[in-house]
Amino acid sequence: MNNFENVPHNDQTDDTTVDYNQYPDASGHFGIHGGRFVSETLMAALEELETLYYQVKQDPAFWQEYHNDLVNYVGRPTPLYHAKRLSDEIGGAQIYFKREDLNHTGAHKVNNTIGQALLAKMSGKKRIIAETGAGQHGVATATIAARLGLECIIYMGADDVERQKMNVYRMRLLGAKVVAVESGSRTLKDAMNEAMRDWVTNVDTTYYIIGTVAGPHPYPLLVRDFQAIIGKEARLQHLEKTGKLPDALVACVGGGSNAIGLFYEFLNDTDVKMYGVEATGDGIETGRHSAPLAAGRVGVLHGNRTYLMADDDGQILETHSISAGLDYPGVGPEHSFLKDVKRVEYVGCTDKEALHGFHEVTRKEGIIPALESSHAVAYALQLAKTMSPEQSIIVNMSGRGDKDLHSVMKAEGIEL
Amino acid sequence: MTRIESTFETLKAQNKKALIPYVMAGDPSPNSFVDLLHGLVKHGADMIEVGLPFSDPMADGPTVALAGERALAGGTSTHQALAMVKKFREQDSSTPIILMGYLNPIEIIGYEAFIALCHESGVDGVLVVDLPPAESGNFVERLAAHDINKIFLLSPTTLPERRKQVMTHCGGYIYYVSLKGVTGSASLDTQAVGEQVQAIKQETNLPICVGFGIRDGQSAAAIGQYADGVIVGSELVKNFSGLSHTSRAEDIATAQANIMTKMDELRQALDALSA
Repeated sequence: MNNFENVPHNDQTDDTTVDYNQYPDASGHFGIHGGRFVSETLMAALEELETLYYQVKQDPAFWQEYHNDLVNYVGRPTPLYHAKRLSDEIGGAQIYFKREDLNHTGAHKVNNTIGQALLAKMSGKKRIIAETGAGQHGVATATIAARLGLECIIYMGADDVERQKMNVYRMRLLGAKVVAVESGSRTLKDAMNEAMRDWVTNVDTTYYIIGTVAGPHPYPLLVRDFQAIIGKEARLQHLEKTGKLPDALVACVGGGSNAIGLFYEFLNDTDVKMYGVEATGDGIETGRHSAPLAAGRVGVLHGNRTYLMADDDGQILETHSISAGLDYPGVGPEHSFLKDVKRVEYVGCTDKEALHGFHEVTRKEGIIPALESSHAVAYALQLAKTMSPEQSIIVNMSGRGDKDLHSVMKAEGIEL
Repeated sequence: MTRIESTFETLKAQNKKALIPYVMAGDPSPNSFVDLLHGLVKHGADMIEVGLPFSDPMADGPTVALAGERALAGGTSTHQALAMVKKFREQDSSTPIILMGYLNPIEIIGYEAFIALCHESGVDGVLVVDLPPAESGNFVERLAAHDINKIFLLSPTTLPERRKQVMTHCGGYIYYVSLKGVTGSASLDTQAVGEQVQAIKQETNLPICVGFGIRDGQSAAAIGQYADGVIVGSELVKNFSGLSHTSRAEDIATAQANIMTKMDELRQALDALSA
């Protein structure tokens, strides 16, 4: 597994015999990616969480409770909506939105926090910490903590605190303490560093709810499993509506939890094409972007091996995206693996293209998408044009855009 | 025998405890760093841990994290850090140097290239905070082939079974993290550390050095009763706070002098144990 002679890069070939459900392997690896790269103090907590999760993974009662919460508290299943007006206008493939924006708290993030909160409860820990970029994971965590009566601390980059004021206020209303992280680039990666530091210090009493499919094993596994509900529903809904599987799936990729959530159930359906859309910011060529799969290299950050944006000395590069939720220099290890085996095609949209997608969907469908989701939308609009009206695309509408109005107004020079 | 092993043999023969200061390579300026290393030796360092600056030091508290930011701002890369060690080696062929850092810079440079650089620069030990034994493949053996020890951490959360497992990979010395938390944390429970160190001693012949939370002669002596050595980082590094690679040489010299005063205090406290 770990032959340091050649840490392989993206030179693996297309392998249609891969059973995607067997990843991660027993040691938490997705091919060369994933694993558990943390300081010794956290090892026991991760092993404990792994043991607990492998137990509950087999326990129908656990999943029953999880699904009850999803139905009665979150409002699932979310609809699969046919964006007919948009599709007609393009004249290409039919576009369907998986409406994760209709979940309680406004994004897919809550699927994972509900699941991990159950794990926290079972582990007997009374203090919850989380990191957040755009604030959606922070809001979802603060919400669940309020519901369960747990202490909650949310780490957020100081720049993100500034551009996501409304979500910061929501978290505070919910009783969470929001800590603005001033170090480094003052965005999501620094929030994650600070959450790790807190966890190391308070590991006996604290459960760390990681918000994306990154971090040390078993987080990429369990977050994926909790988000897989998106694809399970979407698959059934699409079959019901059209009698066939979709031709393509499109989702934005920062850490990549909404994308894995949509993709996972379809991975072994090799006729379904998948596109993960990274934030190319001002354009890959400018260096101001958040696209480690397109322009990164394999390295180790935040407990896992994956594609990263790093310089020749291995220092992590600063990222840029108009969307705080995509402003992260790494990506979940399963995405890195899916890139290497060429199961998913990773593409990009710039800030400008995302804004175009944002306005198109708002005006044509009456849905204001999150800037994260707007990246997926923007790519789907381009993709649909290359397809026929008999074909279909499912786009993950991962979250709603209320939180981003401030960023959109700023980008467009609008004052109220 | 590696330089670390022979240093511990000598110390044992003299009934002395190892004093191991930690400083960040290139902090506060690349130019002042080699002098700092020589100064530390003059003021009682038996070995030195040299931090490799990393942009995302997850296990470090604010004092060491800021030291890393200063070093990076002054342009200290992993290659330059190793060049500084090499320069130190020109005048000091006996004091072991242990690199302490994070995996990503090593991974990006490449393991083989990194090991070659370490060998060429006279590095004696490598401690990678986020590289546990299970992920380290044949790194330990390949370092050993160049007489370089791979140091691993044990912590208060390490369970006995895992401890046994980790120790099969250890070389040089065992770095026992005295508390749950990041570097520079407070609340050191000396008695608990003593118990742990004694439990570890039952299972290994390797020297055990304790770090995190040692801030003065008193705490060094308290830990030194049980351990074979103490590692002191944040308490030294904090003297550089507010400085940078553009600071006046006099200001850097004053900060270095304060570090040496601290070193003298630590050395005396440890030597009093064997008196």
